[in-house]
Amino acid sequence: MAPMEKRVVFQNKFLPYLLVAPQLAITIIFFFWPASQAIVQSVLREDAFGTRSYFVGLENFIILFEDDYYLHSFQITALFSSLVTTIGLSLSLFLAVTADRLVRGTTAYKTLLIWPYAVAPAVAGALWGFVFLPGPGVLAYVLERAGIDWNFQLNGGQAMFVVVVAATWKQISYNFLFFLAGLQSVPKSLIEAAAIDGAGPIRRFWTIIMPLLSPTLFFLIVVNVVYAFFDTFGVIHSLTRGGPAKATEVLVYKVWYDGFEAQDLGGSSAQSVILMVIVIALTVVQFRYIERKVHY
Amino acid sequence: MKSTGKLARTALALLGGTAVAISASGAWAQDNRIELQWWHAMSGALNERVNEIAEGFNKGQDKYKIIAVNKGSYPETLTAAMAAFRAGKGPHIVQVFEVGTGTMMASRAAIKPVYEIMSQNGFKFDPGSYLSAVTGYYSTSDGKMLSYPFNSSTPVMYYNKDAFQKAGLDPNKPPKTWQEFEPVLKKLKASGSTCPFQTNWQTWIQLENFSALHNVPFASKSNGFDGFDTELKFNSPLHVRHITTLANWMKEGLMVYGGRKNEANAKFISGECAIHMESSGGYASFSRGAKFKWGMQMLPYYSDVQGAPQNSIIGGASLWVLGKHKPAEYKGVAQFFDYLSATENQVWWHKNTGYLPITTMAYETTKAQGYYNAHPGTEVPVQQMTLKPPTSNSKGLRLGNFVQIRDVMDEELEAVWSGKKSPKEALDTAVDRGNRLLRQFERDAKR
Repeated sequence: MAPMEKRVVFQNKFLPYLLVAPQLAITIIFFFWPASQAIVQSVLREDAFGTRSYFVGLENFIILFEDDYYLHSFQITALFSSLVTTIGLSLSLFLAVTADRLVRGTTAYKTLLIWPYAVAPAVAGALWGFVFLPGPGVLAYVLERAGIDWNFQLNGGQAMFVVVVAATWKQISYNFLFFLAGLQSVPKSLIEAAAIDGAGPIRRFWTIIMPLLSPTLFFLIVVNVVYAFFDTFGVIHSLTRGGPAKATEVLVYKVWYDGFEAQDLGGSSAQSVILMVIVIALTVVQFRYIERKVHY
Repeated sequence: MKSTGKLARTALALLGGTAVAISASGAWAQDNRIELQWWHAMSGALNERVNEIAEGFNKGQDKYKIIAVNKGSYPETLTAAMAAFRAGKGPHIVQVFEVGTGTMMASRAAIKPVYEIMSQNGFKFDPGSYLSAVTGYYSTSDGKMLSYPFNSSTPVMYYNKDAFQKAGLDPNKPPKTWQEFEPVLKKLKASGSTCPFQTNWQTWIQLENFSALHNVPFASKSNGFDGFDTELKFNSPLHVRHITTLANWMKEGLMVYGGRKNEANAKFISGECAIHMESSGGYASFSRGAKFKWGMQMLPYYSDVQGAPQNSIIGGASLWVLGKHKPAEYKGVAQFFDYLSATENQVWWHKNTGYLPITTMAYETTKAQGYYNAHPGTEVPVQQMTLKPPTSNSKGLRLGNFVQIRDVMDEELEAVWSGKKSPKEALDTAVDRGNRLLRQFERDAKR
């Protein structure tokens, strides 16, 4: 920092506090208070109407980790979010690179690619549900013609495929926008210089564009993992309801099911606390280790 | 942090929304009538019937006013009532599906048993005048009614008479036993049917009602009526035999899996499926939608099982009364239940919805009016349900965490249909997983 920097200083001692107060209030009411409630609930068991509640220590957590299906849900979540993140990012990067190279019709192309983002998750789920519905579904028909015994309501692998397709499709627009913006901020002079030096398009992509794009990529990885973890509930709920046989029951779906369908608030809160720990850990890892490799 | 924030925010919004809705409706009351909130899950045409009931009651007296509010699906209605109760704004009456019965019973401090309300407010209450096959599901072992049976149905078999004709089968002689089924299904398939047989609600029809009809226990302790220390019993050789039969039929294309709930109705109405098992409540939509001749018949049974057919059990929902309201309000609730039990209202409900009547008088009256003769098949559900006096195996089911247990059964059955597990393996696993849920419920109930 330059020593002669001009600084604006608040004369009134309370004004700064007053200015951050709304932000603080929102954070406390909508984040810290519910989070603390979840922690309290997670060590209690009570009946559905809340007339009696008992402190049970870590019983809710012990029940969870003795449940094979909870551990199974971890694997499902890991598989689902890595698929959604990698497929979503590579596809949208490819689309952005091609859009960036387009000379004519770019606006139409870009606009069309942004459309899916405006579709609500539940609607996206219902839409893909129709497309893949055994019998009348368009793609289901194609798959059946290709000799595949298609029924994602009975086959767990196929169900996973369908929810990954729907969840990825929904997120591609968002990724595409950021990648495109990132690509357009890469200085043309660098690329031209490399081209003159004899580097081909692929070489230019990996040695110049990718390093300059890495902050965008890092940001999108964080956003996509969070998306796959938490915002895909609507897609899964409308497509498979976590089935068949829990093949698509990701952690956040189980939190909802146990809390709202099964009326097990203690178990559901314990899962929220575990999720909270996971997200904190993921964020720390991402900013500590991955961010170091990012060139700004 | 984000996740918990979100969830809790949803819960908060839910609570807040309910509170606002209630205070708003209270603030705008114009007359001096005592308002009684009735939250229900009836949608579409049934929602209209419910409103007609409320209107009828409100017009018939000037002390109370029933306000019927649709709260979404069964689980949504229950969740809304629980959240409102926690906030001290619970409805007076809430409609709860039959699988929620165990949960409601365990919430002793939150509910008020119906028999108590009736006797405290001077309404005569004669258990003998009710069809015990219906009320038994919602009564204690010694016959005290805990919740008021509102919409009850029982599963029956529907079949496409035209498809039978086409296959060279007698359309007036549907198969009565499971043994007679296979040759019939083969003939239907040979005549070009792509879906000779399908079932809705596989857990309710093929396991729960199957047990009752064959007079074998679904769970120990009289299917849970005699205590929370009950264990599931639906992995007996007879159950395994039945699921094996169905699995084989699916492999041979004699049966088609159509989903866990009633999604498969569409395939019966379109004429694609020849034999279909569904709740008696399906009558209304089939008589409106099906463009072919069809018939109704009791559920089949294995003729070599002693005592079969026993009687079938009900599904549907009952009305529970929540606690923490004023005595004057409970008096209104009692009067409303008395109104519901009146024979003319029971007959009207039975005829207009296809749900079962709950009093013997209502059944007799409907019969005397010639309704069953004019609408062939409509008597089948009542006959099947009252075939024999209910035993401890056929009174109903009283299990905690039953919502999850049904899901467990669905999951394991689907594993059989997709060929991943053998019937024995799947039923054993389902019993084992279900028992764990029962033990957890028992622990919580005893605290």
